[in-house]
Amino acid sequence: MVNTEVNIGGGLKFKNPVSTASGCFGYGYEYDDFIDVGRLGAIFVKGTTGSKREGNPYPRMAETASGMLNSVGLQNKGVDHFIKEIYPRVKDYNTHIIVNVSGSTVDEYVEVTEKLSDLEKIPAIELNISCPNVREGGMVFGTHCPSAMMVTREVRKAWKRSLIVKLSPNVTSIHEFAKAVEGEGADSISLINTLLGMAIDAKTRRPVLATVTGGLSGPAVKPVALRMVWQAYHAVKIPIIGLGGIMNATDAIEFMLAGATAIQLGTANFIDPTVSVKVIEGIEAYCREHGITDVNELTGGMISD
Amino acid sequence: MTKYIRDFIIEDNIRLNTEYFILNIRSEEALPDMYPGQFVEIKVENTDGVFLRRPISIYGIDREKQTINLLIQKAGKGTTKLAQHKQGDKLNIIFPLGNSFTAPERKGKVLLVGGGVGVAPLPFLAEYLVDKGMEVEFLLGFRNSDLLVDLKNFEKYGKVNLSTDNGTAGEKGTVMDNSVLKEELLPFVKVYTCGPNIMMKAVAAFVEARGIECEASLENTMACGIGACLCCIQETIHGNVRVCIEGPVFNTKELIW
Repeated sequence: MVNTEVNIGGGLKFKNPVSTASGCFGYGYEYDDFIDVGRLGAIFVKGTTGSKREGNPYPRMAETASGMLNSVGLQNKGVDHFIKEIYPRVKDYNTHIIVNVSGSTVDEYVEVTEKLSDLEKIPAIELNISCPNVREGGMVFGTHCPSAMMVTREVRKAWKRSLIVKLSPNVTSIHEFAKAVEGEGADSISLINTLLGMAIDAKTRRPVLATVTGGLSGPAVKPVALRMVWQAYHAVKIPIIGLGGIMNATDAIEFMLAGATAIQLGTANFIDPTVSVKVIEGIEAYCREHGITDVNELTGGMISD
Repeated sequence: MTKYIRDFIIEDNIRLNTEYFILNIRSEEALPDMYPGQFVEIKVENTDGVFLRRPISIYGIDREKQTINLLIQKAGKGTTKLAQHKQGDKLNIIFPLGNSFTAPERKGKVLLVGGGVGVAPLPFLAEYLVDKGMEVEFLLGFRNSDLLVDLKNFEKYGKVNLSTDNGTAGEKGTVMDNSVLKEELLPFVKVYTCGPNIMMKAVAAFVEARGIECEASLENTMACGIGACLCCIQETIHGNVRVCIEGPVFNTKELIW
């Protein structure tokens, strides 16, 4: 038997290191037809804001070499809708439901956080200071260190359970941000959000996305993500949830070897809605093959000769 | 409706012309219920520059043989790869996806307007509507006679009115220039359309102005196809909705386009 339980900090444990990334797995029930989502370590649900947002205009997606750009822009029906309509549908899944908290202002982040505090079965929030697709807030907080610290500090005051801060890769020194939010009381960090990119249609000479720029995800970003997880691992003591282009169990194991305690699957869910279960099984198989009895042995286990 | 992910076996790949082909794919297990307007998402294997699945309308189904027909246009790298597949190859499919066309409330004559590869969902729709006691008529538009699809597959359900841009088949001009729209529109109780947006908008504006209900099946760039990613958005009177879940079929009165 392989122990697959991992400790995410702030009293939160995942039964296995595999979770699904915000914005890439809906609210979980979109995947009910394909897998038992209760097998996941956790589900990070769609970015949730203080009030309803329509998101960005169409087109919002562009396929790229080994990946995709999106500019969804946090379309969601707001925290009150989540509490009333969605929470009752997802609260009894046999896995953790973690809400990705987004906003334009510190007050909005705090407002969403306070409202979620009343929900017993939300053991953690993921503070999204890294969405590249909204004009205000989002990545502005995640790419300016004092702002990242301020929003983490204020949300920390409002949230007693596990607090995960999702970092932006659109910075020069990821370790500074990792350390900064650790210092403000984050229980763990997740990284990376998407990389800012763009696409142009040479035929029409126009941008492909209505917003011109968008967030790049998929295998194209994996080496960057892996490097940032490794850098963050050497900068902080809190657990790291790694994501960015993970398509299979081998990718997931690489993130753990670089320093991740758990991983999130994002874009991969779009191509194979059953991928998360395959990754859970693949990590266990890897451990068995390599005589590893505790999956935690993988974290930071990269050998540097 | 339950969605499935399943490997299908290609029974046949029929080249219709330089751009269009039909994939006939078979499932080892019985097919679930599927409705006209719904689509599948096909995984395109080992193709440079192709990362996401390709959404393709259902052209027809054969329950007994457990097969689905897909009419596909070679439009880019993904569909070009699909065109190269041979009998016996496997395709991984997520299906059936999206909502479907709805029958009119009262029996009567219906017009199905398709342009280019947008004709794909129409035979399956016609079969459904004929079954509901409707009289079906088609109005199909293509660029020229070299790009026609197999019209017999349409003619078995009703009269086919044809338009080509250069007049090499049917009437010259777009579907909007076709005489069927000028002379005989009033007898139709409902109009259905699928094709380029510019065509669907013109069709919808024309029939709505005459008090006739119109449904359009929209095309959209999609990632997941199952409602998770919120990439394939259409602006409607209800806000931005997902074409893969709330669509692809919309009552045109609800669209802001």
